[in-house]
Amino acid sequence: MVGAACALYAARAGLDVRVVDRGPVAGGTTGAGEGNLLVSDKEPGPELELALLSARLWERLADGPGAAAEYEPKGGLVVARTPAALAALTEFAAGQRAAGVLAEPVSAAELPDLEPHLAADLAGGVHYPQDAQVMPALAAAHLLRACGARLHTGRTVTGVIRGPDGTVRGVRTDRGDLSAPAVVNAAGTWGGDLAALAGVRLPVLPRRGFVLVTEPLPRLVRHKVYAADYVADVASDSAALRTSPVVEGTAAGPVLIGASRERVGFDRSLSLPAVRALAAGAIGLFPFLERVRALRTYAGFRPYLPDHLPAIGPDPRAPGLFHACGHEGAGIGLATGTGRLIAQALTGGTPELDLTPFRPERFDADGGDTP
Amino acid sequence: MSERVHLAVVGAGPAGLAGALAAASRGVRVTLVDAGDRAGGQFYRQPAPALNARRPQALHHQWRTWRRLADGLARHTEAGYLTHLTGHHVWCVQRESDSLAVHALLGPEQEEGVTVHADAVLLATGGYERVLPFPGWTLPGVVTAGGAQAMLKGGLVLPGRTVVVAGTGPLLLPVATGLAAAGARVAALVESASPAALLRRAPGLAAQPGKLAEGVWYAGLLARHRVPVLARHTVVAAHGTDRLTAVTVAALDRTGRIRPGTARRIPCDTLAVGHGMLPHTDLAETLGCALAGTAVRVDAEQRTDVPGVWAAGEATGVGGAALALAEGHIAGRSAAARMRGTVPDPPAWAAADRARTRHRAFSTALDTVYAPPAGWAERIPDDTVVCRCEEVTAGEVRTAARTLGATDLRSAKLLTRAGMGWCQGRMCAPAVAGLTGCPLTAARRPFARPVPLGVLAGLPDAPDGPKAPGAPEDRAADDSSPAQQ
Ligand SMILES: Cc1cc2nc3c(=O)[nH]c(=O)nc-3n(C[C@H](O)[C@H](O)[C@H](O)COP(=O)(O)OP(=O)(O)OC[C@H]3O[C@@H](n4cnc5c(N)ncnc54)[C@H](O)[C@@H]3O)c2cc1C
Ligand SMILES: Cc1cc2nc3c(=O)[nH]c(=O)nc-3n(C[C@H](O)[C@H](O)[C@H](O)COP(=O)(O)OP(=O)(O)OC[C@H]3O[C@@H](n4cnc5c(N)ncnc54)[C@H](O)[C@@H]3O)c2cc1C
Repeated sequence: MVGAACALYAARAGLDVRVVDRGPVAGGTTGAGEGNLLVSDKEPGPELELALLSARLWERLADGPGAAAEYEPKGGLVVARTPAALAALTEFAAGQRAAGVLAEPVSAAELPDLEPHLAADLAGGVHYPQDAQVMPALAAAHLLRACGARLHTGRTVTGVIRGPDGTVRGVRTDRGDLSAPAVVNAAGTWGGDLAALAGVRLPVLPRRGFVLVTEPLPRLVRHKVYAADYVADVASDSAALRTSPVVEGTAAGPVLIGASRERVGFDRSLSLPAVRALAAGAIGLFPFLERVRALRTYAGFRPYLPDHLPAIGPDPRAPGLFHACGHEGAGIGLATGTGRLIAQALTGGTPELDLTPFRPERFDADGGDTP
Repeated sequence: MSERVHLAVVGAGPAGLAGALAAASRGVRVTLVDAGDRAGGQFYRQPAPALNARRPQALHHQWRTWRRLADGLARHTEAGYLTHLTGHHVWCVQRESDSLAVHALLGPEQEEGVTVHADAVLLATGGYERVLPFPGWTLPGVVTAGGAQAMLKGGLVLPGRTVVVAGTGPLLLPVATGLAAAGARVAALVESASPAALLRRAPGLAAQPGKLAEGVWYAGLLARHRVPVLARHTVVAAHGTDRLTAVTVAALDRTGRIRPGTARRIPCDTLAVGHGMLPHTDLAETLGCALAGTAVRVDAEQRTDVPGVWAAGEATGVGGAALALAEGHIAGRSAAARMRGTVPDPPAWAAADRARTRHRAFSTALDTVYAPPAGWAERIPDDTVVCRCEEVTAGEVRTAARTLGATDLRSAKLLTRAGMGWCQGRMCAPAVAGLTGCPLTAARRPFARPVPLGVLAGLPDAPDGPKAPGAPEDRAADDSSPAQQ
């Protein structure tokens, strides 16, 4: 997804773009996650600014590739079970409002107007009209198609070519070299490996998530609905399983329930405790789901960096190399803003957001094993 | 008093039954778990009455085998060493530190869950039919070859019904003769392969008098019921508005292409189609067992590469009931020995081993002869639906492959929804693979059956499970940044 967005905005900026992937389109984490475009789960700071920029850009794509990607500005509804949780949520939302987020408190009595099938025992919530949704695989495919860049699927990057002065000259692949004055690393969870091919360190790690998909249903869930503990969870540093059910209906009918968060390396095997927790959480929000069947579950590996912010921008350690990876559980939502910032950096303009918090070399200071 | 080790056998077809009996006779406690109401699987589920009349040699032999299995089942059940759980649809088997948990839904509603814990499992889940789409294949009246068998069983085939049996593979023979014997008029048996090639390509056949006799016997039956056999022909289209009224068939040339000018219409109200079988691999795949192509990979003892998990029968490769029996028997004996910590003695099952070798060689020969005809995928018109659950057409799959970068089954699914519906691609995967030009691979289906969320939420704790929440195994991957909220 991130690579597709970078290609789109770079092509629109007039650059000649080639996209290389060892698999098919959306064969990585993009094809194994969900397509929530959320501002609601982000605390004020650089990630929220990127999310707000991205939300505006997604909206602008709505009539073109966005439509083909099932873009739907349906809004989010975050609910709290207890008065204490509601107080924390309300305070969190106040901070977000100050940062430019639309966040409307919803009383317990008003909840059924927004979501008629919600559990009855909730304390209240906050409505976020800017939250939206896309189908990630379609989004990646249609952004790529719209930008007209040449697509090389089934081609693996095996090296980054650097000149005598250290500048990047292109990539080596299993099917020949591609020369280019600029290379964008949008390899997601494998972004660290790609950086290593250029001789630089970028500590991207996998964080596993499961999603449950139900049988197709009529529209019973209208927004993206989740419980307030999710907000705390995104920034969590515990390796233990944290499951916060985001429940959402899709254009095609199935309800998606996701996602769990665990650090277990690249272990794809089914974890029944994880899907059990997802199912229980979803039923807690929407009791009617108890009798609804899950048709399948799938797992993906979110790319995360130690400070939970992506790496975006030029790498001073390897001139000509740019990074656009490590978006963790928000790479679909943050893709458009990332693509725009990368295009601005590639064409030598001033990026519209300060890239300092996203500097790829920021982890060298912690005594890393920089070559 | 020493506790008997406990083997769970999933599937009560020939393979599962043979395995369960072999293990139970060797001191193992066995739980036989099957979705059906009675034992027998695909094969012994076939209606025998109509064919009983003359008790031909081939069938008589199979009937004796079935009696032996049924008696064994009754005997071990009575002795208390074997429990047969009917109507149990297994949706997942999971490893839990030193045991295996078999999670099932109770049929027919499949709304309630139960879990069986065992020391080891034998997966004998059989296979399912492969059907390749053509215009009109979704019309009422078009059924799978196995579906036609089910109609027979339910007595739904009325004498006078006109049936065309079509596709490819040895299963079409019993289906056609069974329908004819039950009183249907079989207007044609349309086989895209040339069975004559079998005699040329299967030198092993001469050494298989049983198979040869079976073939001759079927030929005789077909002749007796006046069933026209159209070898090297294919169904080009099925016709009808509300339901099937006719099919168009055409001849194929040596390369598998349609011979121009050979198309003709055959009126019929039922079309039974099948293009062979594919193994059920969902449970094995989720357990982490390695696959070989589209089948579960096993060693000479029928062990998968996951400790404590055996597999036998159609799940490990399609080859008929006799092969399933031999594999099941070997699996049961190996499991009985290994579960008690002893080393099995393969010479003791030399007869089953020889049968297995013979039948595998034969089924390899069958596979080369009964392959879908070349060019079948190109012949599917753009407007033909290939994924029935999600109503995705051949044209949409082709477009995704050509312009959106769908180069494998998974990305084709993500970009077209083909395979996302109720059957999870069991039906359409062969067609989607053909249309995108990628190999047919076994899909990952963590749930072998759709599971109510309430059943998932109510799963028992696996306190000693290796992946219990909060397992500290990956602390190493943790980082040092301050916890933020
Ligand atoms: C369960 C789950 C739920 C999620 N839900 C959401 C959500 O609701 N909203 C949201 O915004 N995000 C969500 N995410 C996160 C989101 O999916 C990711 O952040 C995003 O997909 C990352 O996109 P990417 O383009 O960086 O990576 P990828 O999609 O993984 O793409 C990287 C590509 O690089 C290729 N590659 C790697 N190495 C090489 C090489 N050497 N040569 C050639 N190609 C190479 C790979 O094949 C891959 O296709 C979720 C993730 C998971 C796992
Ligand atoms: C129409 C037709 C005609 C045939 N004719 C012949 C013939 O003439 N000669 C011949 O040799 N062979 C024939 N066969 C093939 C023969 O039926 C198979 O080779 C044989 O039955 C395979 O045995 P098995 O034990 O591997 O699987 P099966 O007999 O298929 O048994 C598998 C069992 O597992 C159960 N099961 C599967 N998944 C689950 C689950 N998730 N939970 C619970 N239970 C499950 C099923 O209910 C079934 O009872 C025919 C098959 C068909 C379909």
